[in-house]
Amino acid sequence: MIKATKFQLLDPSAIVKDAMHELPNPARRIFMKRALTLGGLSMLSGCTLTDEKSIEQALMKVSRFNDEVQAWLFDPNRLAPTYPESMITRPFPFNAYYGREDVPEVDGDSFRLEISGLVADRHAWSLDELYRLPQTSQVTRHICVEGWSAIGKWGGVNFATFLRRIGADLSAKYVGFKCADDYYTSIDMPTALHAQTLLTFTYDGNTLPPEYGYPMKLRMPTKLGYKNPKHINAIYVTNNYPGGYWEDKGYNWFAGS
Amino acid sequence: MKSNPELIHPAWLRLTHWVNVIAVFMLVTSGWRIYNASPIFDFAFPPAITLGGWLGGALLWHFFAMWILLANGLLYLSLNIVFGRLKRKFFPLSPRQILQDFLAVFKGQLAHDDLRYYNAPQKLAYLFIIVDIAVLIMSGLVIWKPVQFPLLRELMGDYDNARIVHFVAMASLLAVVLVHIAMVALVPRTFMLMIRGR
Repeated sequence: MIKATKFQLLDPSAIVKDAMHELPNPARRIFMKRALTLGGLSMLSGCTLTDEKSIEQALMKVSRFNDEVQAWLFDPNRLAPTYPESMITRPFPFNAYYGREDVPEVDGDSFRLEISGLVADRHAWSLDELYRLPQTSQVTRHICVEGWSAIGKWGGVNFATFLRRIGADLSAKYVGFKCADDYYTSIDMPTALHAQTLLTFTYDGNTLPPEYGYPMKLRMPTKLGYKNPKHINAIYVTNNYPGGYWEDKGYNWFAGS
Repeated sequence: MKSNPELIHPAWLRLTHWVNVIAVFMLVTSGWRIYNASPIFDFAFPPAITLGGWLGGALLWHFFAMWILLANGLLYLSLNIVFGRLKRKFFPLSPRQILQDFLAVFKGQLAHDDLRYYNAPQKLAYLFIIVDIAVLIMSGLVIWKPVQFPLLRELMGDYDNARIVHFVAMASLLAVVLVHIAMVALVPRTFMLMIRGR
């Protein structure tokens, strides 16, 4: 019975619809206004919260505090569970802040991965160069902030290996990502160096298809889905908090599993 | 009129009770909004009775109120144990006593004139709430941190199942709270008791 509902849950079009539903307006700084309405209750009582700004600030402050608690809870040596290939969710759901028809088309031949920030070697990488790095794969659970989860198999280079290869300052606080679909996000250095954090080029044994983030996706089974950027164009290492697409709208930054 | 009747609920108990009410209210209403983003069952909660306005807002409220629930719950439990109230008020609790009291309820004969003592269904209900909130916190921890709490994750039967446990524990809590409110309505003195303590 639960299986059946799960399949319903993972219906890709439903998920996209839901994502679109959450995003009626691309430029919305109004989210907190909505976040503060207690549904019909405030209408019933005829009063609205008078000091929305201070409540917003308090909630965001707690969210920052929760970042610190999560960084403290994060054990760099603790591995996320891995699963047999028979448990892979098929089809694996498509999920983005836009519909399937807006998936960016990236030309692999001319593609160069830009590297910047606190790194020794800033040369841009071609895909062939990246494919020549030692490859590995893992079957892990992807957990979406919405609550659904799905098991998939991603393959690529261990991100710690890559960061060492480019001579990144491993004592820096953040690694940031810019993507071909205008998405952006950032992660903490301990998670970047986690053994299961992979810069992936394949899904289920095949070249990463456009819907899943061609030419590359950072895959972290220790973080929620929106922390796993797809279509990565540029990677940079920094000590200045870079934020993220959803994080700047109010999602928690650390978002560790 | 007697000048100063006996204090039945100490101030710390009344305080933790009402703080818990506020925390549970925020957690349940924001939790419904979070549930709506990806419903487990074939229904969603009317957005009008949820807190947060959208998924991100609901999550902010949820992960704010969880600290209040946790800190308040720990304070309530430790003070209950330190002052020996837990033992005094809730035990002994025998199955026979529960059965007798429940039968009395249906016969309309359950005595409730001495508010210093809990009858068996009360003991059972309040103990259930304590255990149920503990289950909510544990299943919530698994949903929040499935990787960092492997033992709890196994106990809950992995991530997807933890969501179901979390939901069922929420629904059970609300069911008991509804009965609790109905009982308070039947014996309104108990409401004043939880405010003034006497």
